[in-house]
Amino acid sequence: MALAIILVVLLIGSTIFQFVNPWSATPVASNWGSIDNIIVITSVITGIFFVGITLFVVYALVKFRHRGPSENGQHQASYEPDSKKLEWWLTGITTVGICALLAPGLVVYDDFVHVPEGATEVEVVGKQWMWSFRLPGEDGKLGHAKVKLIGMDNPFGLDPDDPNGQDDLLINTNVLHLPIDKPVKMVLRSLDVLHNFYVPQIRAKMDMVPGQVSYFWFTPTKEGRYEILCAEYCGVAHYNMKGHMIIDSAENYQAWLSEQPTFASSLVSGSDDGGVEQGRQLAESSGCFACHSIDGSKSLGPTWKGLFGKTEVLMDGTTVVADEAYLKESITDPNAKMVKDYAPVMVAYPLSDSQLDALVEYIKSTP
Amino acid sequence: MAYVHDAEKEALHQPHSFWSKYVWSQDHKVIAIQYSLIAIFAGIIALVLSAMMRMQIGFPGSLEFMDANTYYQAMTMHGMIMVIYLLTALFLGGFGNYMIPLMVGARDMVFPFVNMLSVWFYFLSVIILLASFFVPGGPTGAGWTLYPPQAITAGTPGMEWGIILMLVSLLVFIIAATMGGLNYVTTVIQARTYGMTLLRMPLTVWGIFMATILALLAFPALFVSGVMMLLDRTIGTSFFMPEMISMGQQTDYDGGSPILFQHLFWFFGHPEVYIVALPAFGMISDILSVHSRKKVFGYKMMVWAIVAIGVLSFIVWAHHMYVSGMNPYFGFFFATTTLIIAVPTAIKVYNWVLTLWKGDIHMTVPLLFAVAFIFTFLAGGLTGLFLGNVIVDIPLSDTYFVVAHFHMVMGVAPVLVVFGSIYHWFPKITGRMMNDKIGMWHFWITFLGTYAIYFPMHYLGILGMPRRYYDSTAYEFIPQSAHDLNAFITIAALIVGAAQVLFIYNMIHSAFKGKESGPNPWNAASLEWQTPQTPPVHGNWGEKLPVVHRWPYDYSVPGVKEDFVPQNVSEQELEANKVKL
Amino acid sequence: MTAAQLMKTSGFESVGGGANEWQETPEVIALRAKTGLRILMAVITSLFFLFIVSFLIRSQIADWEHLSAPWKPLANPWPLWINTGALVLASIFLQWSRISSRKQEARRTVETLVLAGFFSLVFIGGQLAVWQQLMSLGYFVSTNPANSFFYLLTGLHGLHLAGGLMAWCKTVVKAWRGMPIKQLSSSIELCAMYWHYLLGLWFVLLGLLTSSPETYAALVRLCGL
Ligand code: HEM
Ligand SMILES: [Cu+2]
Ligand SMILES: [Cu+2]
Repeated sequence: MALAIILVVLLIGSTIFQFVNPWSATPVASNWGSIDNIIVITSVITGIFFVGITLFVVYALVKFRHRGPSENGQHQASYEPDSKKLEWWLTGITTVGICALLAPGLVVYDDFVHVPEGATEVEVVGKQWMWSFRLPGEDGKLGHAKVKLIGMDNPFGLDPDDPNGQDDLLINTNVLHLPIDKPVKMVLRSLDVLHNFYVPQIRAKMDMVPGQVSYFWFTPTKEGRYEILCAEYCGVAHYNMKGHMIIDSAENYQAWLSEQPTFASSLVSGSDDGGVEQGRQLAESSGCFACHSIDGSKSLGPTWKGLFGKTEVLMDGTTVVADEAYLKESITDPNAKMVKDYAPVMVAYPLSDSQLDALVEYIKSTP
Repeated sequence: MAYVHDAEKEALHQPHSFWSKYVWSQDHKVIAIQYSLIAIFAGIIALVLSAMMRMQIGFPGSLEFMDANTYYQAMTMHGMIMVIYLLTALFLGGFGNYMIPLMVGARDMVFPFVNMLSVWFYFLSVIILLASFFVPGGPTGAGWTLYPPQAITAGTPGMEWGIILMLVSLLVFIIAATMGGLNYVTTVIQARTYGMTLLRMPLTVWGIFMATILALLAFPALFVSGVMMLLDRTIGTSFFMPEMISMGQQTDYDGGSPILFQHLFWFFGHPEVYIVALPAFGMISDILSVHSRKKVFGYKMMVWAIVAIGVLSFIVWAHHMYVSGMNPYFGFFFATTTLIIAVPTAIKVYNWVLTLWKGDIHMTVPLLFAVAFIFTFLAGGLTGLFLGNVIVDIPLSDTYFVVAHFHMVMGVAPVLVVFGSIYHWFPKITGRMMNDKIGMWHFWITFLGTYAIYFPMHYLGILGMPRRYYDSTAYEFIPQSAHDLNAFITIAALIVGAAQVLFIYNMIHSAFKGKESGPNPWNAASLEWQTPQTPPVHGNWGEKLPVVHRWPYDYSVPGVKEDFVPQNVSEQELEANKVKL
Repeated sequence: MTAAQLMKTSGFESVGGGANEWQETPEVIALRAKTGLRILMAVITSLFFLFIVSFLIRSQIADWEHLSAPWKPLANPWPLWINTGALVLASIFLQWSRISSRKQEARRTVETLVLAGFFSLVFIGGQLAVWQQLMSLGYFVSTNPANSFFYLLTGLHGLHLAGGLMAWCKTVVKAWRGMPIKQLSSSIELCAMYWHYLLGLWFVLLGLLTSSPETYAALVRLCGL
């Protein structure tokens, strides 16, 4: 009896919860509102089965609860023969229900796998634990790229001999801009392990697999700044692999676009000027902030706030003062001196001297 | 195979010393208990790990030692232990070993020596697994799916030794499971007693039988992927490892296919879900039938559903890979097969519910767990329709919706069956009843607590909160209320975790001090309750094997004095027991 | 199969209605061992099937350098054919032993049994020699996925044969201790089944390892992968 009452309570509670709870989906910002509709259809159909079956259990628990010992071969329970007919009916109804949610689902999925003509290609490159992007440039074609070609001066691994690649725009930061209302085909590439490009407001997502190229498409429908998350476990800073996607009006987008360097220009001009701002950009583009904070909070790596000149305790108990030499060594050979309580997760960054200077300047500037 | 002959003969001798009776025993009942105790021990570790994780999610930073490395290691070990070392081992090695010979009327498993090896290999695999907590770098934090390249490259905790030990442990476990599985299947096929036709077997046996077949055919896929990954890790082959950089450096790997690993893993992984679920299905059917004094509704349909689910479970694996970057056209096929499998599953649910209908329902602790199982499984199964429907999976995959879904169907639901079954069969195993009062408390906290944990968690997934996040406080789209909800879930989880102490206490206390139960306290009809001694002794059946005259569900037969007719009661005996109406 | 038939195959027929100790007769025990072995062979089939599928899929990626391509060490795989010959002989002798044991010819049974083991060892030795040769030519396990698969598949097949040889050893020891032929024959029966199975498996593997990349491409397309 108690069980029956509790089941009813759970049922009512769950139903109310379904309608009034503060954790509904983020507002959709792409054409994939159609997916939300399928979720609604699925919720309604499964909800009906959930409520129906549970109510039947409740009914049975109340109606057929044990009432006393059986006497003289008269038993409370009936020796009911099976009902083939009932079973076939139930099978039929279930099949209908399932078709009713599968069929519209597949229709939308068909839409999902067919990239519309004229969608612009945008390449997303994932690596532990940062994002970068590449746009096709004037010719509308992405140049050929290969992991083996990656080096410090060619972070995307583009083939220098491929004419299609010369005008590709390289966006070596975690921020991507896209124009509103233009369908985009996201072409996904990973340089190391699996990642997954996920923007909750877009709904669609897809894994990025090293050694192959995957894709999906969407049309942004709402201007704004959205967070990019990684949705495939990729190692210890997975939860910190953050980026931003900004949906711009056409004009703003053009303005942004014109500032981006092409592959050809990036090959010619080495960056210099050794300033704090350059260091900040470098830190952002190299993904340092996945593990180092500048506000003093603890993360995968030691914070940079007040780091310069501080005395760090190392793994072996010795101490070291964080001067320029130490900082530079920690960037180019992070495992040489490990700070106590941190795991060796940082990659070596073989940066140029001027880049190192810029970074150190920047770290100095975060008191 | 030749040694089987000797071993078989040996088993007929009664063991004498303590060691041969309880340690190097070849008696299926002792082996079953060994299996169960090791599994429960491993499960407690996994439970503690989950409490630690929940602390971090609900109250970030509250545990001093819980950094991201530790979190991912806890997550991986928790998932792997729960799925493989607890549930698989407990259902097949524990319940399978105990129930099959007793339920089909055999004296023991057909290859007792191999059976003993099985439990010792299992023990070894657990030791290897736990050893990884003590090696440099700690246990692997690759996630229980162990996806390459991440599982064996820098940036994942435990890539030094933890992952190697994990893979070796899995290989040893698979060998153990295969040795056990050969026994269970052969025993069911070849050692049923006189009159025990296939369609007179209790659904428990059917469930375990089919699950074992799945295990035998599916574990090789894990073996294959484990061996290849081990070679990739240790001698630098490129089975799964593509051209890639690691820690900023080019690696020597080239051309391997991470997706191939995923196909192999899930070709094992999906049947694995049913390796856990099918025995649970079978056992719950029997418990429902006994405690509502009514035959299982649609027995034949239930058997067919078990077989159909088993067969179909081999052609749905890629529903775990909708967003893996495989050819997207596969989605159409796998969404369809996945939703087809929902039909036999739904039939099982209907038949459980209809078993209660017109019954004589005794609200015993096992029945409570059985009904709670139906409810939880129903909730989890229905959310499976979301994830199976490929387009809906695209936003929801890798979010907390998935975590909530699989914990409902293959976490909580089977665990409820484990509890119900232990309360139900404990009297046969020990000759004593478990304490009802404590049982009730344990039931209510576990059932309501787990629902409080996992029902709201679905909404976090719909909100978009990704799984396997050490910390998600830095994301703006996640409102404060979601973090509050996480704190609530953590509190519920801690309560549920703590409540398991009640169960452990109840088990230990009742095993020695519980009320004597007699041979058949529930008045059950199936064969295991008809042994001449309780607990059954070595050889199970005394001088003569039982003869089976009927199926195991003759409850409330009209005109018969008792409301159950044991399987070994003949027609003549039944006549004598009839009352004149 | 109907339940009645199943009961028959399970040995119910001989008991004439009563629940005697029918289960423990040597025939029933032999039958169970056979069933167990058949199931084991199904498991091994599943294992190798999955390896072969992985092999085919992996072979379609560009870096695959096939070992039987022209100028590669297995372009002319005569050492493998010699080993195959040894394994065939082993199987033949075991079959011979099996037949002799049925005919109760004790001496012939044991002789052929020993010969079967000898040729199995020759096979394993031969396989190791092929490995040696490949390595001396610079084809190491991790040099190319084609090599990795070659070592993996031949190695695992060899391990399964080695497992069989352990059972074979026990049987030989039993025979040497003078176990009557009648009891021996069930062990020999099992060995023979297992050896024939491993021979068949070896033919499949051999065919796979020595056929051309075009064949793989065709197979993969056939499977729709
Ligand atoms: C009250 C009991 C349990 C609690 C509180 C719990 C909690 C958790 C938590 C917090 C996670 C990590 C989620 C994430 O970081 O994304 C997790 C993962 C997981 N749990 Fe549980 N769990 C429980 C019982 C179980 C059971 C019984 C199973 C058996 C099937 C299970 C299987 C898994 C699996 C397979 C994972 C995934 C691990 C991974 O992502 O690699 N859990 N659980
Ligand atoms: Cu990630
Ligand atoms: Cu699945």
